[in-house]
Amino acid sequence: MDVLTSNFSTFAKGFLGTVELTVYSSVLALVLGFVMASFRVAPVGSFRVFGTVWVTVLRNTPLTLLFFAVLLGLPRFGLVLPFKVFAILALGCYTSAFICEALRSGINTVPRGQGEAARSLGMTFGQTLSMVVLPQAFRSVIPPVGSTIIALAKNSAIAGAFSVTELLGTYKTLSELGYNIIWTFFWIAVGYLIITLTISAIFNVLEKRWGVPR
Amino acid sequence: MKALAHDATALYDVPGPRTERRHRLYGVLSTLIVLGLLAWILYLLFDTGQFTYTKWMPFEYKGIQRLLLRGLGNTLKAFAIAAALSLVLGTVLAVGRLSDHRAVRWLATLVVEFFRAMPVLVMIFFIFVALKVQPLPALVAGLTLYNGSVLAEVFRSGVNAVERGQGEAAFALGMRKTQVMTHVLVPQAVRAMLPAIISQLVVALKDTSLGYLITYEEFLHAGKLIASNLDYDLPFIPVVMVISPIYIGMCMLLSWFAQWVSKRQRRNPKVEAAVVAPAEPGTLLPGVQ
Repeated sequence: MDVLTSNFSTFAKGFLGTVELTVYSSVLALVLGFVMASFRVAPVGSFRVFGTVWVTVLRNTPLTLLFFAVLLGLPRFGLVLPFKVFAILALGCYTSAFICEALRSGINTVPRGQGEAARSLGMTFGQTLSMVVLPQAFRSVIPPVGSTIIALAKNSAIAGAFSVTELLGTYKTLSELGYNIIWTFFWIAVGYLIITLTISAIFNVLEKRWGVPR
Repeated sequence: MKALAHDATALYDVPGPRTERRHRLYGVLSTLIVLGLLAWILYLLFDTGQFTYTKWMPFEYKGIQRLLLRGLGNTLKAFAIAAALSLVLGTVLAVGRLSDHRAVRWLATLVVEFFRAMPVLVMIFFIFVALKVQPLPALVAGLTLYNGSVLAEVFRSGVNAVERGQGEAAFALGMRKTQVMTHVLVPQAVRAMLPAIISQLVVALKDTSLGYLITYEEFLHAGKLIASNLDYDLPFIPVVMVISPIYIGMCMLLSWFAQWVSKRQRRNPKVEAAVVAPAEPGTLLPGVQ
């Protein structure tokens, strides 16, 4: 208990760092994932190829390797940004591949007849997409997107090892100060549990509100 | 009518001739843009002198090649041990979760949920830093705890996905629970679970690279050693260009194997009934496996 109370600001800084990483990267991942998913279902062949390559490569890349390449590699091209931005880029791109797959399988769960019916009523492509297909797809992608975001929050721990301020990294500061390492890790674990349980609660609410009744 | 390349979505009809022409135009334009981007990256690579002889020289040396191969060997070693142990742990935890005794079930659920909710890196660091374990056992233990818990969920949902009548029929024949499990449910479940298990092993293979962060001498670590060598003018980009295809290729091979198995099984009438939810990392949402 002592470890938490006397170092509350260190923990709070790390906790907020993890939250910040998670929020920004998930926004990036959702946007990129949406773009890639629309590429993967596009009628144009080269868009599909691009989306498929993006997803296949990123899904099979170890995140540590991606961090290694982005954080230490991009500066070699004269692109110097704060490490936090690099970390968000790496996390967001990595997760976008998983988001893309979740969204794509959500779109594929919408029966063909729905789109055909909408078109036969004279709806344009935009109307079909925004009024018929996406609202139905959205309902079925809530759980997989939720678990992907939870995985993202957990993966953000890797950023700490590349000297970005986040929750796991606090252990280093505290162990240098001579605090009990086991209790430090206990509070770090509690912090991660708070974050993952919060995300899962948010997506539970979304699921209750909009999910497909099963 | 031409066969539609993409008939599974509700998004659009079969394109007519004008639309096809437009799509072809988009295709050519986007290909040009992508090629332009690639050319720009290539130009950047040349411009910053990534293809100079000094930077690629180290890969000609026997010692460096041996260093890389040893790193690769260590990665595969950690993966093999972690995969075997997590299959064992997953089995044990799944047996616990399917137990008839409430206390055992409760305990197994607690363990599974805890380790699935924790970042695997936190566990690895905890074992490495707080318990002062050597890098390899720390990495293997962390990976085993996490992947074992996820696999336990896969196993459980696989066994539960076997048609109910199968278990009921076996009980009606007077089999005990152990017999029902080993003779009836598990053999059928394993077939259906195999793709999900292999996909989880891909996660384990990818996560062995976390060993780099606790100074385990694996593939990435070997790369880092070469990359930070001043004699070769810090060949960082060349190292990434050599290492990542190998890493990604290994994971891709395993992923393709999983896809191949699942495709093969889709044709097999014996396993048609059971569909196992894929092993999503750390799903805490009820109603989702």
